[in-house]
Parts: sequence; C-alpha cells; structure tokens
Amino acid sequence: MPPDAIERRLLQSIVEVARHMFGAAASSIFLLDPESGELVFEAVSGKGEQELVGTRFPPGTGIAGWVAASGQPMVADDLSGTTQFAHDAAASTGYVPATIMAAPLFRFEECVGVLEVLDRTASRSELDDMELLGLFATQAACGLEFLLRERQSRGLEPPDDPYVLLQRIGARLATTRPAEATAVRLLAIADELLAR
Amino acid sequence: MTITPPWRREERTHFPGVPAWSLATTRQAPELFEVSPLGEVGRDWALGGADGTGVRVCVVDTGVEGGHPRVGGLDASYVVTDSLTVSACEPVDPAGHGTACAGVIRSVAPGVSLSSVRVLTDGKSGTGDALMAGLRWAIDEGFDLVNLSLSTTRSHFREALHELADRAYFRRCLLVAAAHNMPVLSFPWTFSSVVSVASHDEPDSMRYYYNPAPPAEFYARGVKVPVAWPGGREIRSTGNSFAAPHITGICALILSKHPWLTPFQLKTVLFLAADNTGEAHAP
Repeated sequence: MPPDAIERRLLQSIVEVARHMFGAAASSIFLLDPESGELVFEAVSGKGEQELVGTRFPPGTGIAGWVAASGQPMVADDLSGTTQFAHDAAASTGYVPATIMAAPLFRFEECVGVLEVLDRTASRSELDDMELLGLFATQAACGLEFLLRERQSRGLEPPDDPYVLLQRIGARLATTRPAEATAVRLLAIADELLAR
Repeated sequence: MTITPPWRREERTHFPGVPAWSLATTRQAPELFEVSPLGEVGRDWALGGADGTGVRVCVVDTGVEGGHPRVGGLDASYVVTDSLTVSACEPVDPAGHGTACAGVIRSVAPGVSLSSVRVLTDGKSGTGDALMAGLRWAIDEGFDLVNLSLSTTRSHFREALHELADRAYFRRCLLVAAAHNMPVLSFPWTFSSVVSVASHDEPDSMRYYYNPAPPAEFYARGVKVPVAWPGGREIRSTGNSFAAPHITGICALILSKHPWLTPFQLKTVLFLAADNTGEAHAP
C-alpha cells in the first residue's frame, strides 16, 4: 500500500473510532502546519463534508485553536445558537453541533494536532469522557508519530552543499525534540552505516 | 506616600561567602511588617462578607473580551508581541478561553480588579516563550494573583519557569495553575510554589476540596461551568482550566479581607476553609 493511502487510512481510522466510542454525530482531526501554525483539516467521520479536507484555519482561533496552543483538552456544551460556533463548526465539518469535545495530539513534548468529537451521546460523565478522549488521543498520536516521520523523511536526500546540510541540522536541533533522543537516533544511524 | 513593602524591594547584590541572609537578632530587632494573624480559621473567617475589592488579578491566557457582561470590565489589557515585549492592546480574545476564565473569577469575586495578558496568540509557539515573557511581566507588575489555566509540556522551559514561580512566591504574587487534563507531564502546576487546581463535578462554584495527594492540591468546580464566551455569549465548559479561576476568585475574596497574607499563609487558609478539612472532618 502506498504511504499516502496508509496516511489516509490511519487518519480516517482515528476519527471513525473516536466517533463510535462516544456515539457521536461526527469526529474530525486537524494537524498543525509546523511552519505557519495553521490548523489543517485532515479527516472527518460522520456528519460533515469530506470536500473540506485540506482546508486551513488561522492559528489560535476557536476551540481547536486554543486546544492546540495550550495543549489542554476541553469540553464545550450548549453551543447551539452561538454564531461563532456555527462558524467554527461549519468551517470544520459543515455540521453545526451543540457540543464539542477536543483533545491535543502530542508528539514528544509538542502538540501536533487536535482531535474533535461533536455531539456525543454515549456519555458516562464529563470527567470520564474527557479522560477517555485524552487516553485515545495519546494512542492516536503514537500512530500519527510514524506518519509524520514518514512525511518528513520523504525527499530529504543529503544536499550537495554541506552548508545547506548544516543549516538544516541547526534548524532541526532548535525544535523541541529532546536532545537525548536525537543523539541516540544519530548513534543508531552511525551504527547502521558502519555495519554495512 | 506609599512605602514599598519588604517583599517588593529591589534585590540586593551579594558576594559569595557573605552571610547576607542572616540577622543578628541579639543586637538588631527584626523589622516591622504588616501581619494578618491567623485565628480560628474557617470559611467565614476566611472570606465571609468579602467581594475581592482591592485585589489585583491577572489572567495570563488568550486575551479577555473586556466588554463581556460576565467579565464586568478590565483594568488593563496587554499582549506579548512577536519580539516578546509586553504592550497594551485592545481587550479582545480570538480564542475565547481567557474570557471564560475572567468571567469565572468575576462571578466569584465581583469587586476584584481584572487585567489580561495575552500569551496564546500563535498556535505554533504559544506555550513557550510568550508564556514566559507574559508571566514574568505579570509577576514584576505586582499583581496579587495570576490565573494560569494553561501549562507547557516542554521540559526546555522547566528550570526558568521554576525560577519564575519561586520569584512570584517570594513577591507575594500567588500563581493559581490548572492541572493538566491528560496524563502528561507539564508545568508550572506541578510546582509546590503554586496553587494547583483540578476539577470536582458538583455544580457549586464556592465548594472546593483539599486534595491530600498532590500535585493537584485543590479540587474546584470544573464540570459544565457556565462561562463567558466572546461576542457577549455564554457556553458551558468542562476542564481544569475552569476550575482554576474558581480558586483564583476564592483567593481574591480571602486576600480582600486579609490583605497581608503571604502565599504560604494563603494556601494554609485555603486548606483550613476547604469543604473537607474542618473540625467535623477530623478522624
């Protein structure tokens, strides 16, 4: 199966499971564009419009924006009739919900996306729902980790110019991946190369 | 003329080896300072009849919509800029979260003075440098209480944040921080120099419990909380983010009645006035 198809299948599987866990009307997933901070709408299950997949939203706006910026999950109820949520929801799925539940997706120490569940019906209690969504978001983020690694490694053959290579390494070290993990990975690659 | 209290004085410069922190009390009396004595502390002693008047609270978050009826006006509104300086800004909130927190504080402590520093302006970098800059500014500005319904998961900031939290503690600026809602390690709510808050699920804004199993030290209302939302609206929200401002409001009530309490005294009063710590609860 080509990598793109695996990506789509993983993302779709996350929103399908999230929707069914909570008997929800819809579930959707956003990933953060690391350059612009924009939220990119990646997949939807249930009520909503598949055509909106790929749409970008400005950073820091609405519930998904706050969840992405703060790294905290949140449940918001009684939204119907508020135009801001109508707008948020229309922008995200084309469906206007009465409740939204959203949790961050973490990669290492950084939030890389947001998982939303709209209009859940299979609810035990607010605190239980939030805990379950948080646990599932943690699991989903592990799957996404592999997907994002695959994305980032594509088309990254070493450049001819060593200066460009150094710049790229510098930029990567400045990100929030723990230095220790980077060092271990480097040693593993060195080991692999020497073993050839 | 207002006299600068000892805890707000400029720091002295020190040389290693000089016993600069000691006081020869055999020949020099300890300096006089304002004291709020602890009596028979209970809920009524702590906050009975108080409304938060005279207490300055800063909401470090996504900004606050100052004109929202539930917010009841802001004294000042600031934003951390791209160059990490703090400047005055319009009282707006593009995300809604800070407005919700400010409204909760106002509902508990109607007389309080509310200000806002927007640190979550950029979905990409909001939880790091801007948070540090905004929090440092709020502590140096001399706010009595800072509501932090956010945290960072980035260990890179841990040490600097720890220093800031300690600095706040010694300057009589109490940080009230929301516990994370997920099983991840984040800061500063896990530090002992702050008051950390998670949720209980009862619909009572004044009910709060001491949690003897830290790091979340108190439980306050955090489920289906009616909160302000931008555009003059109201929604119901769940999360520790909305529990923390209840404790911030309760701290404001206590401080308005007992203005000279230190952060450690205030935490003690919070403990003594909680719904599960009175004499009736003794084993």
